[in-house]
Amino acid sequence: MYGNYNRRNIGLQFFRDDLIFVAKPILFMSAVKEIHVNGRLQEINAEGERTLLSVLREDLDLTGAKYGCGEGQCSACTVLVDGVPTRSCLTSVSEIEGRKIATIESLEKEGHLHPVQQAFLDHEALQCAYCASGMILSAVGLLQKNPNPSEAQIVRGMNGNICRCGTYQRIIAAIKDAAKTLKTGAA
Amino acid sequence: MNLGEPIESVEMSGNFSESENSFEPDQYELREALPYRFDLDRRHFFKILGCGVVTLFLADEVFGQESGSRSRGRNNQRPQDISAWLHIGEDGIVSVFTGKVEVGQNVRTSLTQAVAEELHVSVDSIRLTMADTALTPYDAGTFGSRSTPDMGSQLRMISALAREALVDLAVDHFKTGRGDLSAADGKIVRKDATESVSYADLARGRQLVRSATAVDLVPASRWKVAGTSVRKVNGRACVTGGHKYTSDLKLPGMLYGKVLRPPTFGASATSVDTAAANAIPGVTVVHDGMFIGVTAPNSQTATRALEAIHAEWTSQPQISSAELFEHLKKTARQGGGGFNLGSVETGLAEAEHKLEQTYTIAYIAHAPLEPRAALADWENGKLKVWTGTQRPFGVRSDLAKAFGISEENVRVIAPDTGSAYGGKHTGEAAIEAARLAKAVGKPVKLVWTREEEFTWAYFRPAGVIEIKSGVRKDGVITAWEFHNYNSGGSGIRTPYEIAHQKIESHSADSPLRQGSYRGLAATANHFARESHMDELASALKLDPFDFRMKNLREPRLRAVLEAAAKAFGWGKSTPAKDHGFGISLGAEKGSYLATCAEVFLDRDREAVKVTRAVVAFECGAVVNPDQLKNQIEGALMMGIGGALFEAIQFEKGKIKNPHFAKYRLPRFSDSPQIEVVLVNRTDLPSAGAGETPIVGIAPAISNAIFAASGVRLRSMPMAPQGLKI
Ligand code: FES
Ligand code: FES
Repeated sequence: MYGNYNRRNIGLQFFRDDLIFVAKPILFMSAVKEIHVNGRLQEINAEGERTLLSVLREDLDLTGAKYGCGEGQCSACTVLVDGVPTRSCLTSVSEIEGRKIATIESLEKEGHLHPVQQAFLDHEALQCAYCASGMILSAVGLLQKNPNPSEAQIVRGMNGNICRCGTYQRIIAAIKDAAKTLKTGAA
Repeated sequence: MNLGEPIESVEMSGNFSESENSFEPDQYELREALPYRFDLDRRHFFKILGCGVVTLFLADEVFGQESGSRSRGRNNQRPQDISAWLHIGEDGIVSVFTGKVEVGQNVRTSLTQAVAEELHVSVDSIRLTMADTALTPYDAGTFGSRSTPDMGSQLRMISALAREALVDLAVDHFKTGRGDLSAADGKIVRKDATESVSYADLARGRQLVRSATAVDLVPASRWKVAGTSVRKVNGRACVTGGHKYTSDLKLPGMLYGKVLRPPTFGASATSVDTAAANAIPGVTVVHDGMFIGVTAPNSQTATRALEAIHAEWTSQPQISSAELFEHLKKTARQGGGGFNLGSVETGLAEAEHKLEQTYTIAYIAHAPLEPRAALADWENGKLKVWTGTQRPFGVRSDLAKAFGISEENVRVIAPDTGSAYGGKHTGEAAIEAARLAKAVGKPVKLVWTREEEFTWAYFRPAGVIEIKSGVRKDGVITAWEFHNYNSGGSGIRTPYEIAHQKIESHSADSPLRQGSYRGLAATANHFARESHMDELASALKLDPFDFRMKNLREPRLRAVLEAAAKAFGWGKSTPAKDHGFGISLGAEKGSYLATCAEVFLDRDREAVKVTRAVVAFECGAVVNPDQLKNQIEGALMMGIGGALFEAIQFEKGKIKNPHFAKYRLPRFSDSPQIEVVLVNRTDLPSAGAGETPIVGIAPAISNAIFAASGVRLRSMPMAPQGLKI
């Protein structure tokens, strides 16, 4: 399912493409007993067809991932699944059994913000900040795949994320900046 | 940001506002003021926060004197009595209380800055408690761009007052004169810097209360903290997922609620069968009059329970999008008040060129990324509700009415909210959650789905605007007649010097529920006016910039128009093939702006893209330049949506596009390069600026499309299905 995440496209096409998944058939009914989140196994007891988003938020109180649309259009619900940005509103818990989930809550390490988080603060890429978790994790995924993205690549890579407050230019600047920091950090 | 208040909506300073203004406020903005019910007595402050120094802002005493220029009277329903208070504790922590709400306009930060400035303390030592009806003073709501001008100056006054109180205490402490003392870094310091005493030490063991009358404030030209780009004060919690929005809150034993919605507006249920839903383990169905809702241990079970309810509905015939504008014209009422100057007939007779045009504006949705949400908890007949609203005190009153309890038994808390843009003046989710919680005797959280938010909230009004104008060959406008049907009166006055004018706003029957929105009707009115200005300029073959300057006297407007043109390079270059430049001008709520846009017409893809935008903005003294730029950029982005593709489609009482998949919001790929030029007038009071920057972009785009193609688009949105030119 999260493979579909990369099928983003610019503009209207993107919308039609993704609508397909709104009417996703329910395939999994058995209960899921544990999931691997933020570096540890968490016991849960969730019907398999429940969304990863609802289980993270309601059962584990990891509320950093947000509900914005429930239909794959805004990416406010983004988490990393085996390092890949994934819309948790379209992902059932049964699909992620055995995989490693990372949410925004795990990005700060020992009091140090991830360079992408820091860059969002530095560029004030925040108004209401409701989109921030999804934006930051999408950017982390983007920079993992492409450590040196051009502006056009950032736009294409991030186009599935909505910021209704319209901080797009700041987010682009923040991602460029974080790319630089990550490179010097690695060198 | 957010949103339009009646009295100031058409009030402006400067030349073109001198004449008596008799517009009715936008009808959908009128709200009765709540009776004042602040019941804290003074000891209460110390009971909550311990000993220290408290200062209060008495709205009546100070604000009454200050606002001589504002119309008092029936519309001026500002809060009475205490409207803000501040406490300096024995630990030196400064606790400030205001009824304003943070909805992404970063007012938490700018208000904190105002306190830091006057009190000479660091931003970190300030705790701002906002929007809690049990702790903060009454506030009518966070809208109308009033937070900065009103609350900002009130907090500055009580901070200055606290500073002076501390100086007084230090006079005793050092046995010296006031002239020997000054405040710095949370301390009172002696002139020769030999000795100092911290605020914490001065506050220890005290129960000192002072209330503000007139206080000397630091003038903007000498601001040190205010006027700088302090970062969002709770930014770290925002990037780590730590901040709890209403929709993130959880209480022990809490259940998840959902409400059954009719299939069409105005439909009522003729039969309801809830047996299957009730049979789902953990589910309770609540059926009370028209209200049908469920609670469940998690949100998906609640959704499933809702789907298991079988109901039959009646429906009524209703207007659809296709007939909308005709309907608005047909049901329009006589203009209320209006503005008249000279005689339009005389003006038209003097004109050498006349023009009559109609413009239309679709309904659009606020679509805040956090939908309406509420968490309700009853305890011993008392109700506590957390909800994302711009009017916590208004929602408290709505809840009290709905449940027949007194307001003292209702507490509403509005956590920093996932935006609003004028769309969260109401408390539907709060009432629904409270009804369910009451039935099940447990806390209930209710979060609207995106579809509910698109359907059962309210919309920015649609409208039809008709303009008739006359102009002389030399470019002087002689006549201006302007009628707005349904979308409202904000920003309806023309800022240009025209001898003969008739301007009216007409209410009409709106088929959809409509309400406040960032910038209110000023967006529609600016779109029509500034497009029309461009049409006149082009008919006369005059440069759109020169034509505007020719008819403009107000210096603040001339200044922003010149600043924008200069930064954009207006008149310095010709656009490339399929590119066009457009310009617009406007003013609203004490802010002045000019916008230049460049568009690119992608003829192959039948698309239009705004590639570059320059905004020159002036709102008096700038409190936080970077936050202000952020608001201007954001408003501009939001404005692109309404200008080009956002429109609510409806048919037979149903919203046809209640999803992001069918209601297109601006995305990264829609974002132009944005340049903001701030005209900082430290000699003028600060106006709020979260709303006004939205009004300039639509006409600038329209004018740029015309420049690129010769085609004039007079309906917002201009390119809902792409652009076939
Ligand atoms: S909530 Fe998952 S994409 Fe919008
Ligand atoms: S900051 Fe509000 S949605 Fe992005």
